[in-house]
Amino acid sequence: MIRCEGVGLRYGAQGSAEILRDLDFAVPEGGFRWLLGHSGAGKTSLLKLLYLAIRPSRGTLRLFGTDAARAPRASLPRLRRRIGVVFQDFRLLPHLSAFENVALPLRIARRPEAEVRSDVSEMLRWVGLSGRLDALPAELSGGEQQRVAIARAVIARPSLLLADEPTGNLDEPQAERLMRLIRELNRLGTTVVVATHNEALVARHPAPALALDHGRLVSGG
Amino acid sequence: MAEPRLPHRGTHPRRFDELGLDRALGDRLLPLLVAAMSFLAALTLAGAIAAAAVAAHWRAGAGRALTVQVPDPAAPAAGAAGSRDSAVLALLRSSPGIATARQLTGAELQALLRPWLGSDAGKLPLRLPAVIAVRLAAGTVPPAGLAARLAAAAPGVLVERHASWAGRIAALARSLQACAAVILLLVTLVAAAVVTVATRAGLAARREAIEIVHCLGATDGHIAGLFARRTRRLAGLGGLAGTLLAVPVLFWLGSLAAPFVGLGGGGAGSGGPVPLALLLALPVLPLGAGLIGHLTARITVRVWLRLLP
Repeated sequence: MIRCEGVGLRYGAQGSAEILRDLDFAVPEGGFRWLLGHSGAGKTSLLKLLYLAIRPSRGTLRLFGTDAARAPRASLPRLRRRIGVVFQDFRLLPHLSAFENVALPLRIARRPEAEVRSDVSEMLRWVGLSGRLDALPAELSGGEQQRVAIARAVIARPSLLLADEPTGNLDEPQAERLMRLIRELNRLGTTVVVATHNEALVARHPAPALALDHGRLVSGG
Repeated sequence: MAEPRLPHRGTHPRRFDELGLDRALGDRLLPLLVAAMSFLAALTLAGAIAAAAVAAHWRAGAGRALTVQVPDPAAPAAGAAGSRDSAVLALLRSSPGIATARQLTGAELQALLRPWLGSDAGKLPLRLPAVIAVRLAAGTVPPAGLAARLAAAAPGVLVERHASWAGRIAALARSLQACAAVILLLVTLVAAAVVTVATRAGLAARREAIEIVHCLGATDGHIAGLFARRTRRLAGLGGLAGTLLAVPVLFWLGSLAAPFVGLGGGGAGSGGPVPLALLLALPVLPLGAGLIGHLTARITVRVWLRLLP
């Protein structure tokens, strides 16, 4: 599912310092990995590589069997539709309602509108927001926004789910409920990578971890 | 559990504005500028079509006319019976390619001379020549040797062909049409530049939203299509407004120009004082404005999206 071989990433020109260095790891299809590390260790950059917001500066990154570093640009949208992402800052579109934000991946994939309506309504009911379909993100609490972001990430039943601090704005019961959802998706076959600082959460849900330190993989490779 | 309440706001895909372009691409400045461009284009188009109409009118009229002056018309013709003017008239009427040949009456001659000699021109002791108005058959030129044959019958006869004037006017019309084409090209380029600037402003304003939908798997074509749809609508509306504003101006200019194209200020069974060709061309302007908006936005967005992986 995910295979990194000698992956390096720099944001600036050739010669600038690498943010990620010599990453070698693999996550099998249906696997679950915690992504651990201090702030600035490179967790978010690695997730950006995995959801194809950037491409590696060197090395090979294979996603779904495709070399994402060298694949034609036109082939990437199809890969991105197989990836669900929960952003640390939610990244909801502020002018769209909760319903429309969650519907976005399905509409981009041109799913029939009847299917969009039923799936989104069901998903928002599942995350406890069935009474907030019309609400704009600014009208939602932080926890509600996070649940909308999670609903948007999983609505298209992605093959790979990436989450950056998904429980950061949730109280413990909500965080636990979210983790149960993520583990359930993983049990149904979705490959999952979750970046977190929450050691208690990791302790409650033991699983293999990728640990980063100053852009290098220090365990889990 | 009760059926969840479906949202009322913008859930239908045809109205779905995921990038919020309704607010990012303003509905005032772009249509206003495109309306100004369309207004100019309408006037330019009118100029080009009017120039073509004037040239065609002169080609059909003056280009087929000859004027023959016979000095001393009552004198006997050389080598033939009758007077010089009747001999010339008979020669003209028997020549191939001549549709009509008509000698102007004394009253018509006086009317011609009135601007120079006053209303008493007929009473002046002047030896006026006979003037014969000749119309050539359509698509023909004056028969070869006509002037020589007329001169043989009536020495001193003058043959004046108006086609040279029609040629000069046709050349002027072609020059005006070339200028109009250049102006239309410039208007098109300026309109495209305006749309480009507006689109880039929209891209800057909606960068984050674009990055999000890009991350969710939207193709370049999908994102460019959203921008193109919005700018096509705004530019098309601007084009329509500019064209509609130009219509009364065109009717006013058309009524001024009507005598020069033989419409005499009215009807002519076409578009009144406005040529039918112009009335048929005007709807093209808003369509063209919309097309420019669509293509320019699509290209601008696609180029910009190359910055994203």
